[in-house]
Amino acid sequence: MSWITKTLTSSIGRKIIMSVTGLFLCSFLVIHLVGNLQLFKHDGGAAFNAYSHFMGTNPIIRTIEWVLVLGFGFHIYEAFALTRRNKAARGHGYAQWKAEQNSEWTSRNMGILGTIILIFLIVHLYNFFWRARFAGDLPKMGGVDLETADYDNLYLAVVSSFHIWWYVLLYVAAQISLGYHLWHGFRSGFQTLGLNHRKYMPLIKYAGYVFAVVVSAGFASMPLYFFLFTNERGDVVSNAPAFIQSVASAF
Amino acid sequence: MAGSNPNAKPMNLTLNVWRQPNRSTEGKMVEYKVKDISPEMSFLEMLDVLNEDLLHAGTDPVAFDHDCREGICGSCDLFINGRSHGPEKGTTTCQLHMRKFSDGDTITIEPWRANAFPVNKDLSVDRSAFDRIIQAGGYVSVNTGGVPDGNEIAIPKDIADRAFEAATCIGCGACVAACKNASAMLFVSAKVSQLALLPQGKPERKTRVENMIEQMDKEGFGACSNIGSCAAECPVGISLENIAILNREYISAKATSNNLA
Ligand code: HEM
Ligand code: FES
Repeated sequence: MSWITKTLTSSIGRKIIMSVTGLFLCSFLVIHLVGNLQLFKHDGGAAFNAYSHFMGTNPIIRTIEWVLVLGFGFHIYEAFALTRRNKAARGHGYAQWKAEQNSEWTSRNMGILGTIILIFLIVHLYNFFWRARFAGDLPKMGGVDLETADYDNLYLAVVSSFHIWWYVLLYVAAQISLGYHLWHGFRSGFQTLGLNHRKYMPLIKYAGYVFAVVVSAGFASMPLYFFLFTNERGDVVSNAPAFIQSVASAF
Repeated sequence: MAGSNPNAKPMNLTLNVWRQPNRSTEGKMVEYKVKDISPEMSFLEMLDVLNEDLLHAGTDPVAFDHDCREGICGSCDLFINGRSHGPEKGTTTCQLHMRKFSDGDTITIEPWRANAFPVNKDLSVDRSAFDRIIQAGGYVSVNTGGVPDGNEIAIPKDIADRAFEAATCIGCGACVAACKNASAMLFVSAKVSQLALLPQGKPERKTRVENMIEQMDKEGFGACSNIGSCAAECPVGISLENIAILNREYISAKATSNNLA
């Protein structure tokens, strides 16, 4: 084994890969969330579909997409490799085990939380990414603009999916899992890289909490909004609360 | 608190103790009753009482590790009621007192559980894996020449303090026992950062961390998930900051050392 493989398969090396990919995925979440906020725009999906078209066709984005695939791939692979090693380190368990008295639940259940995210990811990618990129069975935007008429109407696909109750449930459950995953993961990623300084750690810790809540609540708000307050075309229903009506009409 | 009163009432307790005759035989939890335990006793003294009872009854006494009984040697290693060294923060088992328990309590006592720490007998475990990690690099090779002058090597106070904090690790293994992954990272990090902080440790800095981590992995300890059970259960309060230092030391050693293997 060369020094590189030896380093990357050591217990610390695997965690370094975990943290680098995990923090990279955090940056992806920011882009994904900000882009998706266009779902809330009241234009029948024009902005969102144009954005999706750009993301799906721009060569630079398509290249970075591979980095994203690798990021997920390595993160998930190392998750299983580490979990196996960690489980094997204690063959005989305790009769009594009071870990809740010395640590946070999230930190001890990253694997379970990650697995829920993974299940979500498969469904999510199949339904939107696969159908847009490979299956090509999405409705088209149509309309008079010749340039955009041929774009996939991903907006409509999203909005109609978000009217299926179990789909909304899966999304919300996955976002809760993601929130807890990041609650521990954000800070943990810095710690793994050795970026723990008594001056900055408190800041990183609370930034992580804010990040976890904002990102997961942000993503969860989308299925909930469409399920509760709009019809299948994304128009706000007339019996939605006045507050929603006025916020929606502002965009 | 009842315990601060020397006339406090003696307690009767039920103990669930792991009994295992030797390494190769599977053990089991066995229930014992102990009577008239003074709240002033240490936990190990309470076990002495149990063992005396067992000896009188002609039964094999419970084997457990201990030496100084002053909280400094790190020999005592009991997993009590689901926690390393029991319920009290910042203490070793030998410094845990029975006043922390109440009359009628049931106390579960188990050995440290980690594949790298095989059970010798009952509650006594073999922690020589730690010794082998130290042998791999947890030392400074000094040339024993003449006696150097005091303060010849200037060390800033805050660095000296931090190195000392790390050096207080007594190697008891509570971190491994409490960790969900049975990871030895807190122990190794205390040893690595102690020596990395001091000028005397600099010459062997890179090979030390490389070799110690290699040995740690070879012994079969788990990796660190930054859960923090280790630091919370550590009797001397070694902090997680040391693990960050260890990771930094490891990454920079691997990136810059001349070791190609
Ligand atoms: C967008 C999705 C995800 C993000 C942003 C993310 C982020 C992170 C971060 C920042 C960490 C901390 C790394 C460290 O402790 O150094 C982490 C740890 C972890 N992740 Fe993820 N993750 C994601 C998806 C997943 C998935 C799909 C899985 C599993 C199949 C997973 C499993 C784990 C596990 C098991 C750990 C803990 C590893 C350990 O400390 O032993 N994650 N994640
Ligand atoms: S017996 Fe020495 S520390 Fe407990």
